[in-house]
Amino acid sequence: MKIMVTAKRVTDPDARIRLKSDLSGIDSEGVEYKLNPFCENAIEEALRLKAKHDGEIVAVSIGGAEATTEMRRALAMGCDRGILVDGADDALDADLVARTIAKLYEKEQPDLIIFGKQAVDGDSNQAAQLCAEYLGLGQATFAAHPNGSAGMTGGEPGLAVADGKVTAMREVDGGVEVVEVAMPAVVSADLRLNEPRLPTLPNIMKAKRKPLEQLSMADLGVDVALKVKTIAFSNPPERKAGVRVADVDELLNKLVNEAKVL
Amino acid sequence: MSDILVVAEHAAGSLKKGTLHVIDFARQAAAKLGGGFDLVVVGPQAAAVAAQAGGYGAGKVYTVEGPAFEQYTAPAYAHAIAEVAAHAGAKVIAGASSSLGKDCLPRVAVKLGAGMASDVVGIGSGNGLTYLRPMWAGNVVGEVEITTAIHVLTVRTAEFDTVEASGGASPVEAVASTFDQATLKQRVVEFRPTVSARPDLSEAAFVVAGGRGVKSKENFSLINDLADALGAAVGATRAAVDAEFIENDYQIGQTGKIIAPDLYIGLGISGAIQHLAGMKASKVIVAVNKDEEAPIFTVADYGLVADLFKVAPELTEKLRKLKSQ
Ligand SMILES: Cc1cc2nc3c(=O)[nH]c(=O)nc-3n(C[C@H](O)[C@H](O)[C@H](O)COP(=O)(O)OP(=O)(O)OC[C@H]3O[C@@H](n4cnc5c(N)ncnc54)[C@H](O)[C@@H]3O)c2cc1C
Repeated sequence: MKIMVTAKRVTDPDARIRLKSDLSGIDSEGVEYKLNPFCENAIEEALRLKAKHDGEIVAVSIGGAEATTEMRRALAMGCDRGILVDGADDALDADLVARTIAKLYEKEQPDLIIFGKQAVDGDSNQAAQLCAEYLGLGQATFAAHPNGSAGMTGGEPGLAVADGKVTAMREVDGGVEVVEVAMPAVVSADLRLNEPRLPTLPNIMKAKRKPLEQLSMADLGVDVALKVKTIAFSNPPERKAGVRVADVDELLNKLVNEAKVL
Repeated sequence: MSDILVVAEHAAGSLKKGTLHVIDFARQAAAKLGGGFDLVVVGPQAAAVAAQAGGYGAGKVYTVEGPAFEQYTAPAYAHAIAEVAAHAGAKVIAGASSSLGKDCLPRVAVKLGAGMASDVVGIGSGNGLTYLRPMWAGNVVGEVEITTAIHVLTVRTAEFDTVEASGGASPVEAVASTFDQATLKQRVVEFRPTVSARPDLSEAAFVVAGGRGVKSKENFSLINDLADALGAAVGATRAAVDAEFIENDYQIGQTGKIIAPDLYIGLGISGAIQHLAGMKASKVIVAVNKDEEAPIFTVADYGLVADLFKVAPELTEKLRKLKSQ
């Protein structure tokens, strides 16, 4: 089985991102970059499927030269090879990402593409669905293990492959949906799908020698026109810390007489 | 024919409340475009839902029913919505940022050659129709311009008001879909609903949320009891869900529900940015945490540095008394 997974470079998910004072973009001073957490779940799931079914895992990403670091991490987790398509974040929208990955799909012909369900920078949660539609494939978005990480060690996995179909548990409003999709298929991974492994030192060393192909959008023949442009940034309304209350009685008093919510 | 098409969501023959917030967005966008809005209802009992939905001022309510739409799947629903959008000549197609909206509307965008903006929280103040949306877990607001003639959007319901029925009844038009079920490559095997008698987290006026500090599933009854004393919905952090104190449906945050209740009470919650992303818009925030340095206190209107195992039962008791007075 051949699986394609995404490996996007993003700002540290736990960093409190702020805008530059001129509001022209985010202040990246001192901000670290990481592999998108949702992509880590996608990669981990691909590795688990490979352990069961054999095959190859190709990690794909769109980014500048610096995205090689996150690509190497994906390889160190266990992906077999990588493809990095040159593209700067501010020259991308979800649609261009989806069309680029659709081209990579045509080139690689995987049985499964597993995306991270969203990237923690743009937070759009679109690329997997757009790509599935461009390719005319079925989709299982927001794949997760229904029982949370504590249940992940036993019981049913969030994703299972059998008889040319992938079965996924999806976290949706109101419960958990179990969906079956004929392969080739598109899946997007949620955080509760699994607990991503940390690369071991020997695997980090090995990853340095794994093949990493560098392509341009032009190589793939992708039209780079954007459908969505971010034209301005602003700060969200700032919320100020209120007061400390000493005990439950004071809290109730404030809620009734000051905030008047009760 | 209106410029805006709102994708209505429904369950068991009733319109979902989230759709009423999207209608509020549609009215604002329509005011800017100088037109009106239509609704589309896809799925079982669409006609019954259309009758309810027709009281909110839509120019028209389109319905699509049939065997292919009995059970929701993204490819089938996207096909139907795109078809209706083309038929209605819609320029903006908007649905809620629900799991259905997020799953299905990107496929609609591809079918219509449209650009899409997710999680719209407002409309830009300039001349054209631009949209405001949170990025980086809500730490930044981006204003996006969609360069295609047609725009597809998901709308954050917590950021828009719910609308009241304006009376009247919009005309209903049933549209026959050309969707070919044989082309469908997926099927729903099973749905495991989260069962709760408490108010819906996304819509509740009061929310009581518990975090990792609650420590166990058994202890989570303290959160449930407090919620019941208040008539509140229950919520949780990702850590609490991961530890199986409660089901995933109750997660608040960047990857969970986005809420804006009148009152949010968080107990044993540190206030990670991803959690704050989901509840920062609450009108009044109360935090109970034994660590006075916990980041949640930076957004709390009322902070109580204390042990939740002492506070929760006491607060529950006193609220019950207060209510019975
Ligand atoms: C990409 C990404 C997306 C995420 N999305 C979400 C999301 O949508 N929602 C979300 O919630 N999280 C999300 N997270 C996780 C988030 O980063 C935090 O890990 C999580 O919110 C922490 O939950 P918590 O506050 O319950 O636990 P902790 O951070 O462990 O905090 C527990 C708190 O309980 C307090 N406490 C302990 N005992 C007591 C006691 N007896 N009395 C009072 N207080 C006590 C402690 O002082 C502590 O502050 C996401 C993370 C990532 C990386």
